[in-house]
Amino acid sequence: MSELSRRQLITTGLAATAGASGLLVAAKLARRYGLVPPDSGGVYGPGETLTYAVQRLLTRHSMAREFSRSQISAKPLQNEVAPLGGDFQRFQKAGFADWRLNVDGMVARPGSFSLAELKSFPRRSHITMIQCEEGWSYIAEWTGVPLSHVLEVVGAAQQATHVVYRSIQPDWWESIDMADALHPQTLLAHEMNGGELPVGFGGPLRMRVTRQLGYKSLKYMTSLTVTNNIKQFGKGLGSAEPEGGYAWYAGI
Amino acid sequence: MPETSQPRHSLLVRVTHWLTTIAFLALLVTGLEIVVSHPRFYWGETGSVNTQPLFKIPIPSSRNLVPTGYGYVLPDQNGWSRYLHFQSAWLLILTGLLYVGVGLFRGHFRRELFPARSDLSARRLMSSIAGHLRFKRPSVEEAWSYNVLQRLAYLLIIFVGFPLIIWTGLAMSPSFVSAVPAAVNLLGGQQSARTLHFFLTGALVLFLAVHVFMVILAGFRSRVRAMISGQVIGRTGARQEPLQQLQAPELEALKLEDQ
Repeated sequence: MSELSRRQLITTGLAATAGASGLLVAAKLARRYGLVPPDSGGVYGPGETLTYAVQRLLTRHSMAREFSRSQISAKPLQNEVAPLGGDFQRFQKAGFADWRLNVDGMVARPGSFSLAELKSFPRRSHITMIQCEEGWSYIAEWTGVPLSHVLEVVGAAQQATHVVYRSIQPDWWESIDMADALHPQTLLAHEMNGGELPVGFGGPLRMRVTRQLGYKSLKYMTSLTVTNNIKQFGKGLGSAEPEGGYAWYAGI
Repeated sequence: MPETSQPRHSLLVRVTHWLTTIAFLALLVTGLEIVVSHPRFYWGETGSVNTQPLFKIPIPSSRNLVPTGYGYVLPDQNGWSRYLHFQSAWLLILTGLLYVGVGLFRGHFRRELFPARSDLSARRLMSSIAGHLRFKRPSVEEAWSYNVLQRLAYLLIIFVGFPLIIWTGLAMSPSFVSAVPAAVNLLGGQQSARTLHFFLTGALVLFLAVHVFMVILAGFRSRVRAMISGQVIGRTGARQEPLQQLQAPELEALKLEDQ
């Protein structure tokens, strides 16, 4: 072995060691600052973690694009949903007067809000795009109460890291981190394009998360849980989507 | 080390070439799989089965929602396809940054890819194009350097093709464009970005097809070996010119290496 190649070997070894310890430190920092998504295990973990961490650093406070009224889609697409059960139909017959949103978890004042109460809260509207992971999209005006307001009303704990939310459809649940939960565009939407939110589009109440794909904007929402331990829900992957093979973070 | 044991392709070029190959093939397969869930393309901001497409691809879809004319629906493979697509995109971007960064630092582009001014004359270009169109086997010296069309094609792919496909990909990300709205606005909308991403895929696949064809024409085994081990050996890759300039001890060393 020549002098040069020995030197090369030592340099390479040092570089590899530095690289490996750099990665370990990066992983530790990412974990401390909440930059690791709950579905970070498995073969696609590195890609998901990179996407989530980089976007959280880049987009923590960024606003989704808002459009003009003339850009609202004339024919928005009603996505297919699993058949709505008897419970839902009973609510629907009563005009959703008894529909309630339960809020619990790390909150000072757990509560249950009727649709009328939610509608009496301060409202916000925005004209934004909803994009499906399949590739299609539409623009609509969404109106509702900012999730941040509801979290303030119930007194969500400072240490909370995620908000878990569930649909009346069995086993359908989602979660977002606090950056999205407290984001001013994140709404509990009850109106679309100036009218009642139609059942086909998630009425009477759906989540609207503007900076992620459509599946984070869960339809027929019935409950919220504020938590700092996202791993304790379901299979510990953050939402129903990763259990079905889809990414938890859908900001892409 | 004698200079002649310098490999045909540097370690940087070889490693990043194959990492890019892996990432590209994974992106291609998963990208096509994602298209199967909605094989319709639009122009502007939005589009769905309720709106007029720019064009449709006549294939069955993995979703009921899309009227394709086929009586069946393919299994939905979008979950892992999307996970792998974005992970491969990271591999492509990080590999690209390493290649371009180190390549610029070491003068790789200046030395090996920028065509000589004299090669850019219309006459030289035409003769190179004519040679390619006649499927002329590359000369022996070309095992050690790139011809002018090859250089232009590689520069185009590295500095135009890949940046554009990465840009159009990012322009589809609702989170990325919330931070950088110009990324999608400049392209004319999110669906335009998706359509352009698809066309660019076509362009890159065309490049891949021509690239592989040229490698086969030049001698598949020797060219692929050169891109793996860095060594050029065999009939199509004999290094004649430089050998004459070698000193005797270096020649001995080279002979030993060949055995």
